[in-house]
Amino acid sequence: MSTTTAGRPGKVVASDRAKAENRLGLKLVAPAVVVMLVVTAYPMIQALYLSLYRYRLTTPDDKEFVGLSNYLTILSDSLFWQDTVNTVIIMIVTVAIELVIGFAFAMVMHRIVFARGAIRTSILIPYGIITVVSAFAWQFTFSINNGWVNSWFAWLPWIGPDTNWFGEHWPAMFAIMVSEIWKTTPFMALLLLAGLSQVSEDMIEAAKVDGATWWQRLWKVILPNMRAAIMVAVLFRALDAFRIFDNIFVMTRGAQDTESSSFLTYRQVIEQFQLGLGSALSVLLFLTVLLLAWLIVKLFRVDLAQARGEG
Amino acid sequence: MDGVRRGLAAAAALITASGLLAACSANADSGKPELVWYINPDSGGQAAVAKKCSTDDYTITTQVLPQDANQQRIQLARRLAAGDSSIDIMSIDPPYTAEFANAGYLADIPEDLQGKLKDQSFKGATDAATWDGKLVVAPFWSNTQVLWYRKSFVEKAGIDMTKPVTWDQIIDAASKNDGKVAVQANKYEGYVVWINSLIAGAGGEIATDTDKGVDLTLGLDSEAGEKAAGVIEKLAHSKAAPPDLSVSQEGQAGATFGSAQGAFLTNWTYIWTNYDSTQPEVKKDIGYTRYPQTVAGEDSRPPYGGIGIGVSSHSAHVDEAMKAVECLTSPESQGINAEMTGNMPASSAGYDYPALAKIYPEDLLQLFQDSLDAAAPRTVTPYWSDISGGIQSTWHPPASVNSSTPKESQSFIDEVLHGKRLL
Repeated sequence: MSTTTAGRPGKVVASDRAKAENRLGLKLVAPAVVVMLVVTAYPMIQALYLSLYRYRLTTPDDKEFVGLSNYLTILSDSLFWQDTVNTVIIMIVTVAIELVIGFAFAMVMHRIVFARGAIRTSILIPYGIITVVSAFAWQFTFSINNGWVNSWFAWLPWIGPDTNWFGEHWPAMFAIMVSEIWKTTPFMALLLLAGLSQVSEDMIEAAKVDGATWWQRLWKVILPNMRAAIMVAVLFRALDAFRIFDNIFVMTRGAQDTESSSFLTYRQVIEQFQLGLGSALSVLLFLTVLLLAWLIVKLFRVDLAQARGEG
Repeated sequence: MDGVRRGLAAAAALITASGLLAACSANADSGKPELVWYINPDSGGQAAVAKKCSTDDYTITTQVLPQDANQQRIQLARRLAAGDSSIDIMSIDPPYTAEFANAGYLADIPEDLQGKLKDQSFKGATDAATWDGKLVVAPFWSNTQVLWYRKSFVEKAGIDMTKPVTWDQIIDAASKNDGKVAVQANKYEGYVVWINSLIAGAGGEIATDTDKGVDLTLGLDSEAGEKAAGVIEKLAHSKAAPPDLSVSQEGQAGATFGSAQGAFLTNWTYIWTNYDSTQPEVKKDIGYTRYPQTVAGEDSRPPYGGIGIGVSSHSAHVDEAMKAVECLTSPESQGINAEMTGNMPASSAGYDYPALAKIYPEDLLQLFQDSLDAAAPRTVTPYWSDISGGIQSTWHPPASVNSSTPKESQSFIDEVLHGKRLL
């Protein structure tokens, strides 16, 4: 994006003109920085401040400074840990499955010769649908009263007309994950397609000449060269999956212990009006996402610069 | 090109903004205030009453709130907390009345109007609308549940429905004769309505000493609580339980009742007209009697629901709004609303509205009124949503309920109320 002429700091001694340009640059971006701070930093500081209080919207007179006690309450509560585990399970399972299916889709979109536009579009359609709408569609699909899952899959021994998908924990989690996977696999496919098109055809051609099988070309040439793209896709989707909310809200409302971390936060702040506890939860959620992003970047040594095509 | 586009966008924004300003000032200047009434969704009853009660001094317009009672509460409370003056009048579900009144969101109802409303309303309706010794909303419609049954099923099972029946009896009868007992047991307020009635029917109360705030006395861990848990446990583990028991709301329960296995249903008054156009053969087969007893020989305490109308303390037209509320909740208005929506009046005078006798049999109208007299409203406390949420967390799914549920539930809610647990 940026095309500044200042060069890298510390390496080149800037001329007077460059310094002047820098100052001008700072002045030009200052309004944007102020707006950013107002929009993003202010709510975060407000949340930090509120998280130190016991404060309920409908009983404002009982507002009381409680220090870190909200955090202690949350961290010692089994519900918080159970919801965190739920979220992590949903994240790991959906991202893993989406990676495999998404890669297959990306291959199809990359190699397809005929009806390319139509096929690419049809693969991407689910991603264009609003999550709430897709969640409702999947809720109806799994519904015991009028869904088609029970009748279409009645030949499986554990599915019958009376299978209540939202009546127990694991079936409900399954339904939620299916809707999430259906909805966001195209996004994964799109990110992987971008990576796939960066793999040089010459290398694949050379491997072919050397007698490499399709499988060998995939594992030894294509995937290693796509590493940055894959990791960016995993990072984006993992963070995205971690804030799962809409599907759960529509499909179970958190019943059968299917709550996620963000749903728990929503319930404290929006439903219970517990501004203090809820703010503490959202601060914890923010820290968890930060930690998660850091872990993925560190673990997989993602070079974001390379992924952006700057490396 | 970009410059032109930006200019156009700016012009469009200006025009929109000035249009909005013009609209605002037109309302303010015309001298005839517009009272905005936030209503729960219905089939047109409240809009009709709003039209009828509009006068030369003000017009009443309606805005529709979300379907779900808890979502209605959330939307209203957040806007009222922010001092939003665009809400004048609102339809409030009884369990949240105390919370709104306690937070200072409701304008005081004048003494004489309070007296008039108390005189005309059913006792249950007055109780549910009273907080801190004052009537804080005007009872508009009052709902109660009765036991609906399929005449053909009862005949086959050989049960005498002319005498009071117990939950045990209907669960046993349905299990033995391949029938289903339809109730509301999803994880939502409707499930708590059922639990509240079961506990009240065994002589208990979910909470007392509500004037002590979060230090109120919980009554779940009691003999009545155990009796209530016993009924739920028995139904959930019997053949009479519909397969969708743990996700059933009013609609699902109504569908189960209308199916081939439909036997018994506890549900609100509007069920009577529910099958008119879709399943007329079911309509002919419907019988009704008093809500089932939790304990044999002890009078049942049917659920109480309904809507009270409150005036926002942030409204710029409190006096006009009070006059409007007086008209909106007059027995005639209640009758009009009942005819259009199936939501029954909050006063016995409202039941005299002639059109109702054409839709409902006389004995059913009498049953509704008797049920309202005996109804057990949910505890009136500003902390009801915590209590209700705590019950939903600990009593759901119904199949998990056992004799230790009331005790666990009570200590959980107690910790939630004191900020020691997450809900």
